Amino acid sequence: MSQRSFIRVLVAKPGLDGHDRGAKIVARALRDAGMEVIYTGLRQTPEQIVEAALQEDVDVVALSCLSGAHNYLFPKVVELLRQQGGADILVLGGGVIPEEDIPALKQSGVKEIFTPGTTTQAIVEFIRAHAIQK
Amino acid sequence: MLYKNELIQSFLSGDMRALARTVSMVEAGDLQSLQLLAAFAREGKRARLIGITGPPGAGKSTLAAKLAESLLDRGERVALLLIDPSSPFTGGAILGDRIRMHAIAGRSGLYIRSLGSRGSLGGLSRAVPPIVQLLENFGFDAIILETVGTGQAETDVIETVDSVVVVTVPGLGDDVQAMKAGIIEIADVFVVNKADREGAERTARQMEEALKLGPSDVPVLTTIATTGVGVPALISSLDAHYQTMLADGELAKRRERRLRKALHAYAASLVSVRLAEWVEEQLTGHWADIESGRVDIYSCGRRLAEEFQKGR
Repeated sequence: MSQRSFIRVLVAKPGLDGHDRGAKIVARALRDAGMEVIYTGLRQTPEQIVEAALQEDVDVVALSCLSGAHNYLFPKVVELLRQQGGADILVLGGGVIPEEDIPALKQSGVKEIFTPGTTTQAIVEFIRAHAIQK
Repeated sequence: MLYKNELIQSFLSGDMRALARTVSMVEAGDLQSLQLLAAFAREGKRARLIGITGPPGAGKSTLAAKLAESLLDRGERVALLLIDPSSPFTGGAILGDRIRMHAIAGRSGLYIRSLGSRGSLGGLSRAVPPIVQLLENFGFDAIILETVGTGQAETDVIETVDSVVVVTVPGLGDDVQAMKAGIIEIADVFVVNKADREGAERTARQMEEALKLGPSDVPVLTTIATTGVGVPALISSLDAHYQTMLADGELAKRRERRLRKALHAYAASLVSVRLAEWVEEQLTGHWADIESGRVDIYSCGRRLAEEFQKGR
């Protein structure tokens, strides 16, 4: 079975905040790094995100949340992916996430959390190193 | 191998995850993976294929979503293939058509897939024909294909679908634009979207006038895709077109043309891979003749082609 030459990433905004500048900058940086980025827009439920990830057969789900509900939303996405046969998909999180929340989020299966100040290059490199390409 | 068999079983049992995986395998361009299609072959029922094309920002995605919604409401199973441009420099892409799909995402019987154009210039992606075949075999009643934003000449979509909807918006040009060859000629239904904008009626009338000069009467409709105004008329128009094609044999003709073209392209791609390898082998040790100018590439190419054919 051949491996595809593109990394496919779903960039998603779970929850109710309306700020997607960060998500768009990341999407654009991943595009410029040669990845195919599916951007689904604002205010998505974990169920919608997981369904899109599976239908689009992505390698990575990158979540951006600025509402403060990350402790619920991020682990929920991981859990639903695992339940529905998407356990091999790399899940990343970004946004204003307090330092003390990060260990529990990683424990839940979010592979890495990127907080303000992260360079887009660091995100690109992390994805290249950790995505399991299909 | 077991993995492959499991995948085939899941696909045949209607598992969308298996469908998503096989779409990726076919899209990866591995010619061998197309053999998987043989395992999914299904006789009888065929899907209805609708293509939507037009300039960037004309409202193709929004209209595609509304069309899909109407078909889902009638109990049909619908697949949406949404194509956005890939970067010619990095190969990367932003596939953003799903943003317009919020109202229908999550409905049962619906599959949505975004594809990068990956270097194809005809408005689609090279992988579209085999992916359409996969979706047909999966059992969808309707497949809606949205091209990348097109200009005047990207007409591949007509080789891929049963009915083509060309979408435009008011204010893009005068009546001479409407007479030009290319994308306007491939419309089975013409839609002027954003009909709440100034000039929509005039644009529609200009299109009507221009199309009347042609061989067939293509309906010109006006819609406001965001609110759904005009969408029921579009559905009726597409239904009528489909029934006419079914009755007068045009549908069968289009399908035959489509399948023949895909078959030719696939057969040619298999031969060209082998031919290229063989030519490279033959050239070993002889390149100096070409480099020095003693032999020109056209004589050499003709001789090699003849020898390759004799070897069959």
